[in-house]
Amino acid sequence: MTDALTGRHTRQTDPTTGKPPPGRAASVASSLIRVKELSILLVTIAAGIYFSLTNAGFNSTENYHTIAQYVAPWAIVAAGQVMLLICGEIDLSAGFVFTLSPFLLIGFNHAGVPLFWSLIAALLISAVIGTANGLIRTVFGLPAFITTLGMAFLLQGLALILSGGSPVSAPTEGWVVTWFGRGPWTEFAWALVIVAVMQVVLSASRFGIYTQASGGNPVAAAESGIRINRVKVINFALTSTLAGLAGILQGTRVGSYDPTNGGFNTMFFAVAAAVIGGTALLGGSGTVVGAFLGALLLGIVYDGFNLTGINASAFPLVLGIAILIAMLLNVYLTLLRKRMSSPRGH
Amino acid sequence: MNQRNGAPEVIRAEHISKRFGPVNALTDVNLWVRRGEILGLIGDNGAGKSTLIKILTGFHQPDTGGLLFEGEHVQLRSVSHARSLGIETVFQDLAMVNDLPVYLNLHLNKEPVHTPLPFLKRREMKRRAREALDSIGIDIPSVTAEVGQLSGGQRQAIAVARSVYSNAKLLLLDEPLAAMGAKEGGLILRLLQQLKQRGDISIILIAHNYSQIVDVCDRVNLLQHGAITFDKPTKDTSVAELLELVHAEYRINQN
Repeated sequence: MTDALTGRHTRQTDPTTGKPPPGRAASVASSLIRVKELSILLVTIAAGIYFSLTNAGFNSTENYHTIAQYVAPWAIVAAGQVMLLICGEIDLSAGFVFTLSPFLLIGFNHAGVPLFWSLIAALLISAVIGTANGLIRTVFGLPAFITTLGMAFLLQGLALILSGGSPVSAPTEGWVVTWFGRGPWTEFAWALVIVAVMQVVLSASRFGIYTQASGGNPVAAAESGIRINRVKVINFALTSTLAGLAGILQGTRVGSYDPTNGGFNTMFFAVAAAVIGGTALLGGSGTVVGAFLGALLLGIVYDGFNLTGINASAFPLVLGIAILIAMLLNVYLTLLRKRMSSPRGH
Repeated sequence: MNQRNGAPEVIRAEHISKRFGPVNALTDVNLWVRRGEILGLIGDNGAGKSTLIKILTGFHQPDTGGLLFEGEHVQLRSVSHARSLGIETVFQDLAMVNDLPVYLNLHLNKEPVHTPLPFLKRREMKRRAREALDSIGIDIPSVTAEVGQLSGGQRQAIAVARSVYSNAKLLLLDEPLAAMGAKEGGLILRLLQQLKQRGDISIILIAHNYSQIVDVCDRVNLLQHGAITFDKPTKDTSVAELLELVHAEYRINQN
């Protein structure tokens, strides 16, 4: 009576009828291949092996540190961007929050606010910027692309005005400075902690499920009583706050706050990391860990070509080709994974 | 069916009207359902069936008129509010999130969490999903499968299971058989009959297949131009009469 409901024999669900059930080894392999991030992990490892073999200097602590420094800001911004992409939105202004937040911090600090509280204030303002993005998006119904593009230029202008168009030196003393970027590996450690926390939020909290439902089927989410606009505004605020933190960490590590830092470059690397890591641009699915691996892959490729000594003009060309190849490989592996892990197969 | 005549009303709609700009979706709807009863709601496309369902489920608010739920006046503020009372809907678009697994869809917006840290109770959700599906005889190979990978019939069954499982008192089914083959449709109808046996759940079923309506419903209402114009027990009517009613209107419109 229920065999039509099992889907075993229905046309839609069983294009692979007749396939023998997999053995034990195959089922272990298939459960492994079900892990969403596996394909991007393989591509990242392959890139690592390639550069290890072609560059003597690749496998050294200093070089790992360099890669970590590339990866950290992209991974932190991507951790937020993934949440937004999953709920069907995007924040093009995140890179300029990254640019602006150090100048907010220094502004408060110069006005006499203790460094730690200046940092908190800068992050709060970053959150307010994200909230503004989210409210303009949800209340007035402007597409996120337009809303955050406008916000991006607005913030770029604000950063130029606040900075006077030239870099200022970052604070160099105190525990805040040590913990927020100056101490070796602290920027990367923040990235790891943020990625871990956001992945837990995404996959183990109700808010994470709401985020996935809001992007996967907004009508269904709303009908089940999920307040999708609130979910989106929170994710906009989150992304902006993380971008603000990443900007401060980066500037503090380097020792100077520069109005040419961040911008569209950082934002697009973060979005690229998310998409390379398997996040659907149209929403619904993706993981923070995947985005981190995407950032790691970009970092390894970026660093690898730097070490190889490709001339500055050819660099973006080679990087672009590498990203495309990595993406194609990733898409192919994902297809393979889906084909093997589909419940129809066994 | 006669024994239900004495059963208390679960919901009663009184003089409901609803406008969308210049469109009069509903003009004066009076409708009631008793406990354990399956009411069939029929009507041409655009008669206002979906609008009525969305009012009964708190998605829209009526312009005039009121609702009584279990004998008491209520103003449904939202879908969540209606759900908290026990009014559950299976919408036309299924309200399923394809990217999420079966067990999360079954618990959408009702996910149990641990205390004090509000982590999802995934294991409990999987177990409860399995129980819910088994208890009403739906055989899905895996509750961890993403809903997008299932067939239309399976998704519909899960949507029904979700509503039943959440202790619904009134279940609203908006064309649950629309995108389904005869065999799968028959399964959903058997599922509804099984629910009727339980006697504690009332159902409003919207369908275009009148023989299915006559088979499974206790009573049938016809919605025409935003008002209920026909109300009979299904034992006192026939597919032919229902067809004649709807087609008579169609002929008039043609002339």
